[in-house]
Amino acid sequence: MLETRKANGEIITGSVKLVHAAGMHARPAVKLTKLAKKFQAQISIRASEAAEWINAKSVSKIMALRAPRDSTIEFKASGEDAEAAVAALVKLVAADFPDTDP
Amino acid sequence: MRPDIAGQAYKGRTASIGFAHGPFVRVDATPTGGRAVGTPGDEERALRAALAFAGRQIVALAKAAGGDAAQILEFQVALLDDEDFLESTFAAILDGTPAEAAWVSALDKQIADYNSAPDEYLQARSSDVADLRDRVARALRGGDSETLKIPRGAVVCADDLPPSRFLEIDWSNGGGLALLRGSPTSHVAMLARARGIPMIVQLGAVSTSAATALLDGEGATLELDPSSEQVGLFKRRRELHRKNEASAQAILRRPAASWDGEKIRLLINIQRVEDIDHPDAQYADGIGLMRTEFLLTGRMGLPDEETQYAAYASVLRWAGDRPVTIRTFDAGGDKPVPGFTEDGEANPFLGVRGLRLCLRHPDVFRVQLRALARAGVRGNLKVMFPMVTTPEELEAGRALFAEAVGQLQSEGVDAALPPLGIMVEVPAAALTVEQFEAAFLSIGSNDLAQYVTACDRSNGSLAKLIDPLNPAVLYLIGRVAEFGRRGGTSVSLCGDMAGDPRCTAALLSRGLRELSVNPSALAQIKRTIDDLGRGGSRD
Repeated sequence: MLETRKANGEIITGSVKLVHAAGMHARPAVKLTKLAKKFQAQISIRASEAAEWINAKSVSKIMALRAPRDSTIEFKASGEDAEAAVAALVKLVAADFPDTDP
Repeated sequence: MRPDIAGQAYKGRTASIGFAHGPFVRVDATPTGGRAVGTPGDEERALRAALAFAGRQIVALAKAAGGDAAQILEFQVALLDDEDFLESTFAAILDGTPAEAAWVSALDKQIADYNSAPDEYLQARSSDVADLRDRVARALRGGDSETLKIPRGAVVCADDLPPSRFLEIDWSNGGGLALLRGSPTSHVAMLARARGIPMIVQLGAVSTSAATALLDGEGATLELDPSSEQVGLFKRRRELHRKNEASAQAILRRPAASWDGEKIRLLINIQRVEDIDHPDAQYADGIGLMRTEFLLTGRMGLPDEETQYAAYASVLRWAGDRPVTIRTFDAGGDKPVPGFTEDGEANPFLGVRGLRLCLRHPDVFRVQLRALARAGVRGNLKVMFPMVTTPEELEAGRALFAEAVGQLQSEGVDAALPPLGIMVEVPAAALTVEQFEAAFLSIGSNDLAQYVTACDRSNGSLAKLIDPLNPAVLYLIGRVAEFGRRGGTSVSLCGDMAGDPRCTAALLSRGLRELSVNPSALAQIKRTIDDLGRGGSRD
């Protein structure tokens, strides 16, 4: 499920399927932005191969994605901790936004 | 409903079941007052201060409320921290728009956006945004101290009520909530359900003045200034509801069901992790069957070890000391998984499914076994294999499992081999159950009945023939249960029969002492066992 690769030198990407029953709604969006903000890296997100990438640290923009269940979520990040950021975000989505870290 | 009796009656939609009889209070917030507008710099500072003030208020409310309420309010806190979201508001202020107008118009845009969403869940979020809009606007005007003055036990009526306003009301003496709009999936509805506050939504237009109200969350009716006849009928409905609830819940809360002087263990079946959130699940003696096929449905391919481990560990954490039986992938048959199950089988039910399939794909199976071995040290885990026909298959699965444990331990990872059991669903296994070295047995009555009666269970025209109470099926169940009783091997049954009250007497009289049912059937089966224990039919 985790697919990270280094492309263009510093850009890290990853993709994951959204398994959450209600899609990308408020609680998942809050968890995702909270996690994204822990990293220095610039992180973008898009759903279902949309043309536009948006800021993964903006809860209102992530809600506006309206990503339904089973859609593919992609991340791309650049910066010092980009790799860790993408891995952590992919893990969060894949694990269906658990309440506490296992 | 029309006002054809004395008081006026309105019909809405149920958001939270329950009954409330009390003073009627309308709380329509009418934004009033204004404030002097300063320079763009003043306005920016005023809005920043108001945002910070509102943020502190919401955090304090969340802290006091805890749990679900805190999570709900986190969305508002996240919006206040969202620079992208605030950017356009501050840009408008620098262009000369007064702070309040800029803020309200930005939030109204968001609200309109959510309201236009096709799904009800997103629409319901608009009341969270409206809540935030009004709170910040009040802070800007300095009128933040206006708290809702509501008598205790009141039936509160509003156009819509945001979660933070709900939390400001004292519900400790009961009361009810009647909304003209709103939605059963809104956050405030979740809060009302969690607190047992009856709530109706989508009432449309309701008279603004009345002294008292009756709110029936079950029938979704609101009656204003009711006649004594209406009050009488209401009390009878409330009494009936309480009695039904009390008897099922009282039985459910008892530590164990018993029959014939023996303890009957009632466990639950879950399809995915969220199923443990069912309110009755907490009363189960454990999890008798956790299916794992939900992990296979991802379009991204088969699940990695971490994803699986997280799912297993979260269920074990929930269960505490109680046993959790996880079944390895039971794909194939009527559960095809692209890239894993065989294509083009003429008889998929008699094909490569369950453990047969996993043994053919050790690469896939190994990942699941590793995740289970790691989870095994986190709680009372038991693992069972589905569709086992011969003892050699169990041993092949055990060997792979032991290998996975050894590998993990050599990597320095905490892991353990959990007790291994089998599903008894192939007649051959039921007939030779003595030959399996299984730590426990779990009868899969759906497949067992299908194979014993030679009826495809997906073929509706055979529904009568595939009766689980068929004597041949009951004979095999009795045989397996008897073997377990003699040798001290625990035997449970996790098929649909376990949750069907018509089968309960037959199963208990054949020696079964462990049943695993869907959480929603738990109360009814417990009550059925209780009734049987008081001298009901013994089959």
